[in-house]
Amino acid sequence: MKKFPISLHIDPEAFMPATPEEKESLVVMRDSVSFWKDGLRRLFRNRVAVVSMAVILVIVVFAYILPAFWPYSYEQQIRGSENLAPFTFSEQELSRVEAGEKVFPHICGTDKLGRDFAVRLMMGTRISLTVGLVCAALVLLVGSTYGAIAGFAGGWVDNVMMRVTDILYTIPDILLIIILAMVLRDPLKNLATVDGFRWMQTVGPNLIAIFIVFVLLYWVGMARITRSQVLVLKESEYVTAARAMGAKKGLIIRRHLLTNCIGTLIVTTTLQIPSAIFTESYLSFLGLGVAAPMPSLGSLATDAVKGMNTFPHLLLFPAIMISVTILVFNLFGDGLRDAFDPKLKN
Amino acid sequence: MAKYIVKRVAMGILSIFIVATLTFFLMNLVPGGPFVAEKSISAEAQAALAAKYGLDKPLFQRYLTYMGDFVRGDMGVSLRQRGRTVSDIIFSKFPVSARLAGIAVVISLLLGIPLGCLSAYNRGKFWDSAIIVFATCGIAIPSFISSVLLLYLLGSKLNLLPTVGLNTLASYIMPVTALAIYPTAYITRLMRSSLLDVMGQDYIRTAKAKGLSNFKMIFKHALRNAILPVVTYVGPMLAGLMTGSFVVEKIFTIPGLGREFVSSIVNRDYTMVMGTTIILATLIITANVIVDILYKVIDPRINLK
Amino acid sequence: MKEKLLEIKDERLSFFTPAGEVKALNGVSFSMEEGEVLGIVGESGSGKSVTAYSIMGLTAFPGRLIGGTIRFNGHQVDQMKEKDFRKMRGNEVSIIFQDPMTSLNPVYTVGNQIEEVLKLHTDQTKAERRARAKELLELVGINEPEKRLKQYPHELSGGMRQRVMIAIALAYEPKLLIADEPTTALDVTIQAQILELMQELRKKLGMSIIMITHDLGVVASMCEKIAVMYAGNIVEYGTTDEIFYQPGHEYTKGLIKSIPQLGAEKVERLVPIEGQPVDLMNPPKGCPFAPRCDRCMKICLSEKPPETVLSDTHYAHCWLRQKEEYEKGAADGE
Repeated sequence: MKKFPISLHIDPEAFMPATPEEKESLVVMRDSVSFWKDGLRRLFRNRVAVVSMAVILVIVVFAYILPAFWPYSYEQQIRGSENLAPFTFSEQELSRVEAGEKVFPHICGTDKLGRDFAVRLMMGTRISLTVGLVCAALVLLVGSTYGAIAGFAGGWVDNVMMRVTDILYTIPDILLIIILAMVLRDPLKNLATVDGFRWMQTVGPNLIAIFIVFVLLYWVGMARITRSQVLVLKESEYVTAARAMGAKKGLIIRRHLLTNCIGTLIVTTTLQIPSAIFTESYLSFLGLGVAAPMPSLGSLATDAVKGMNTFPHLLLFPAIMISVTILVFNLFGDGLRDAFDPKLKN
Repeated sequence: MAKYIVKRVAMGILSIFIVATLTFFLMNLVPGGPFVAEKSISAEAQAALAAKYGLDKPLFQRYLTYMGDFVRGDMGVSLRQRGRTVSDIIFSKFPVSARLAGIAVVISLLLGIPLGCLSAYNRGKFWDSAIIVFATCGIAIPSFISSVLLLYLLGSKLNLLPTVGLNTLASYIMPVTALAIYPTAYITRLMRSSLLDVMGQDYIRTAKAKGLSNFKMIFKHALRNAILPVVTYVGPMLAGLMTGSFVVEKIFTIPGLGREFVSSIVNRDYTMVMGTTIILATLIITANVIVDILYKVIDPRINLK
Repeated sequence: MKEKLLEIKDERLSFFTPAGEVKALNGVSFSMEEGEVLGIVGESGSGKSVTAYSIMGLTAFPGRLIGGTIRFNGHQVDQMKEKDFRKMRGNEVSIIFQDPMTSLNPVYTVGNQIEEVLKLHTDQTKAERRARAKELLELVGINEPEKRLKQYPHELSGGMRQRVMIAIALAYEPKLLIADEPTTALDVTIQAQILELMQELRKKLGMSIIMITHDLGVVASMCEKIAVMYAGNIVEYGTTDEIFYQPGHEYTKGLIKSIPQLGAEKVERLVPIEGQPVDLMNPPKGCPFAPRCDRCMKICLSEKPPETVLSDTHYAHCWLRQKEEYEKGAADGE
């Protein structure tokens, strides 16, 4: 049986050799995308990550921009407007409203000193976010430097450096952190009054104490991750190949190691933010966090615990804010990991 | 194996020693001694008290004395709770915290592992999403917030459960729930991702090619491999429960070791801080050593020689 | 006519990934007689493993059969549910995977993993199973079987593990054994040993084998028939001799030229096939190999080449063969 599907009238032209251009035009290749483009494409396709990114933006605006336009300040105590429920006015304010004056509503009510709670919530979020962001950055700086040095040096240097982290890793850090948070407070406060350290006043000695504590708490994990990344990459074939081709060490670090570590580092750093916020709120609750009058979300919630039966909203707002902030940063971090961590790419 | 155990234990002891040393010196850096708060006491009386407790000696000498006594099992007397030794206080408070944490451990394992499996097994379906939502929220809520919210809702508003102490069985519900939410959520996530990871392994494909049922594939071949990360989490989980117990015991007024630790710090009760820190650190470090050794037993790939 | 052991007709299978539909198989058809050894050759991504896995219902998520029929040993495989597959796997058809390092469960002993498959498909007692496991290890040439049964996979060498995999696959004397690149992950000397063992076992047990490989050397020594796959199509099918001595497809020719010829008269240069494999998300309209083909014609770019029958056992999908037929027909006609 012979199959003969083409008729004899077929165009002989069709059997002429094809030109290279014609062949080329046939190849519909997906354009090879760069690491970043590919990662971003995946990130933006992840609905959860996009939504959490949007929420993070809203929170950032809420914390850093909105207070500037708010008619109340976080320290301002409005006499007669103590302990207002959300969207209510005191009698004085009501009379002003009746007189035709425009009074900005207390969206979240006021606290027992008559401070507008909405703006306090914003400032609290600002402090908590700052703690999260700065700590994550510091941890990244300290941890990745340490880890990278250990990984690159290798040999006994690496050995000694890693033994140190091994031991630190086994120590239940929270115990020392609590003690340290306690220890650092007064000395830093004193230091801030000394010439040359007065800048600490503007940041707040408490905040600085928290930063130090957090760096000490989290750098070990970051150092280990960086080191293992460096080691894996150092051993990997393309780096060996680059070295064999005579690439300089600096070039190897920039071109290969950095671009390949960076995904993991970004993800780890992002996930560090919520855990710093988490821990700050925890320390605040124990009375070791950022102190008055500067509120953090943790201290706002803590202050509200005593009066929670009468004024539950003062507890609920910061509690929800903390949880939502941690949640969206976690989700966003997960999204980043799925998008940028090449090991998980499939 | 013996060599590994010896090495691991030695490292554990070194860690405990470092914790003790750091705590001792840090504690003494804090300005204001334990008796400052008591304004009624005259300067002479304060000096006498300091002399009595050896606080007038040089720091390093005090350190040596303390460590020497500690090795002999003497943690000194509490500076604030007069007449009681530190070990006394610790041993009377510890069982309370241990019971609470123990129940939380059991609950988080018993809930977290099956939830994680269920989620992985129904990947992409409704139950998976529901469990993921729970787990993701669970690790976003700090324990003091969940405690306070529970207290407010179930204790104050609905008046369902007792809010103070641990006198009845019902009074365990809220503190244990508050403690267990985070580890349960964490284990669920861990179990899910680990199981999904294992399900993608070649040997699972082999098992499938043999004609095994899904049930057997998961419970015989996948679970035993997937459970390894959960085992390693037990150490951090205990540390987390300890952390949680500081606030939970404070909120629910439970006379446990966690509350004792926090109040001793606030009161500058040096000996109590030293004692509780070392004991808690020892517990966590010991747990970590045991988990590390256990891990090697479960995974036959790791050479035991 | 006796029913064939395996008959696949126009199988179409796609992976529905988030990035789009990857058309892994685009109308694969072939059949196998009982006792036959078929080699499926092709580069990675050509669909060889996907074809074989679909016979056992092992298609990985998110792959789905979207057309065609598969008949195996009296089963209508394309209609089967997971439960039916379970009864078939391990006894009627079994499989050896590429990487013996990862294909055995690290936390169970070798004995446990062999006995498991016996437990599943027979009702032997524990002692009988143990005896059979020992027998199987002897069959695949493992010495000290008693000791090996108690060992964990990580305590065995790669070649040894692949023998264990074969023992598991043969535990129930299957009708069909699928060997998915069984030697790729092994050292060359071990490769030869494993191939020898498989040949020996085939003689002893008489099962059919589908040998999936990208190594033409492996199929030459083992297989009676060869299917050459490219981009989810079988581009040529024939007996081993036909494929090697009268290749009918330009891709096959390229493959043969790219392997060293033992005992060649003069030292020939190996010729690599230029270009990239096709993107299965957007397969070309015409012949999938056209963009890489040296003798590509205009028609190749726009029309799928039909089957050209070269002998009773040999066919190829190539416009050049059609052209030759056409010219021959024209010459005969005159």
